[in-house]
Amino acid sequence: MCLGIPGRITAITDPARLMALAEISGVRREVNVACVAGPDLGALVGRWVLIHVGFAMALIDADEAARTLEALRDLGEAQETLEQLALTEEALR
Amino acid sequence: MRFASEFRDPVLARALLAAVAGKAEAIGATRERPVHIMEICGGHTHSIFRYGLDKLVHEGIEFVHGPGCPVCVLPMARVDECVAIAERPEVIFATFGDAMRVPGHRKSLMQARADGADIRMVYSPLDALELARRNPDREVVFFALGFETTTPSTALAILQAAREGLGNFSVFCNHITVPEPIRALLEDPDMRLDGFIGPGHVSMVIGLRPYDFIARDFGKPLVVAGFEPTDLLQALLMVLTQIAEGRAAIENQYARVVPENGNPVSLAAIAEVYERRPSFEWRGLGEIESSGLRIRPAYAAFDAEAKFGIGYAAARRTVPEIEGCACGQVMTGRLKPTQCPQYGRGCTPESPLGALMVSSEGACAAYWQYAGARTAAA
Ligand code: SF4
Repeated sequence: MCLGIPGRITAITDPARLMALAEISGVRREVNVACVAGPDLGALVGRWVLIHVGFAMALIDADEAARTLEALRDLGEAQETLEQLALTEEALR
Repeated sequence: MRFASEFRDPVLARALLAAVAGKAEAIGATRERPVHIMEICGGHTHSIFRYGLDKLVHEGIEFVHGPGCPVCVLPMARVDECVAIAERPEVIFATFGDAMRVPGHRKSLMQARADGADIRMVYSPLDALELARRNPDREVVFFALGFETTTPSTALAILQAAREGLGNFSVFCNHITVPEPIRALLEDPDMRLDGFIGPGHVSMVIGLRPYDFIARDFGKPLVVAGFEPTDLLQALLMVLTQIAEGRAAIENQYARVVPENGNPVSLAAIAEVYERRPSFEWRGLGEIESSGLRIRPAYAAFDAEAKFGIGYAAARRTVPEIEGCACGQVMTGRLKPTQCPQYGRGCTPESPLGALMVSSEGACAAYWQYAGARTAAA
């Protein structure tokens, strides 16, 4: 919960609510981009962001994303986040 | 060889370890008279154990594990209050999975769910919002917990609920802040801390300025760090360099992610929705002034404490902690986890007695995971 996970914004899904689709280690998930949005939302598509509990909190570059992901995998935190993403599907059913 | 395979950049790690050792010698730090460096963030604690940094650094450096795991500092009374809310028949209680096994007086959320309470593990407060939209005839309560990294997310979720007029969504707010417990530790005459490694992702939200008092009023250095092992070593080196030069400043090792002034959108959302509580209770540390946040009256409709008359909205509570558990002393670095009489006996990750054994970011669980049987047998 305390460590963010890198994801890549693939599409803007709901501009009014500042929601976008992100790909996080192969898992797709809608995230809120309020904290990283500039005037042109479309400019976010293709960018790497650090995602905390469903909110993109910082723009990062591809190298930082790769390093962070590797560190999270080492700590077992990446798997934990992916499990939580999977559990959520269940919770919403 | 373990070292080479564990580190992404073993050459850099070795060079940093040598430089750290050089500084430690220069300061005159020894095993008998070590410098005490506190890493505040539970993610850092996890990283230190994962890579065995506490063993690899010069023997004159002692890591003190700080109170930076929000699950670990959650007092029992708050868990009891969660259970009480979750057991109401109209309630769907949404929580991060980390909080499920934290023991309460009567039961944990895990046990409450087994007993029939409708408790859902979610990844994000956004999922709780979605639950509220899909279940208009139920009360959805989100268990908000965490430091400044997760605070903006619940603030933004409440703002979204307000825009949509979602009347069946509320937040049980347990957000806490990093700087205040550091002040409490520094004011404690029993604590001997020589410098701090500051949290990376918290600082991404709040920036560097909230730590200024640590250098200004207490003359101690703090360096904000990323959580890769070489980040931590670099930050440690920066702290030791300040000590060697007789300086105390707030520095940033993690500038690639942490802006000096934090994230303005996050800070604005936090300021809009939350205000400081006069004080908030931390497990093992007691009440700490101004260390917790509550929902402003303007958003009282989304405040589970107000809605259900529970928590700080209820009469004063008394909070006895478990007998024989040394969580408080471990949390403040006075004892190592292995020095707790319960460690590995009454308290294991499978059946935790204290919250430090629950989350991988808790010092006791980290000890157990990476040095478990060996230390328990000792
Ligand atoms: S071993 Fe268990 S009881 Fe002892 S300090 Fe750690 S969490 Fe608390």
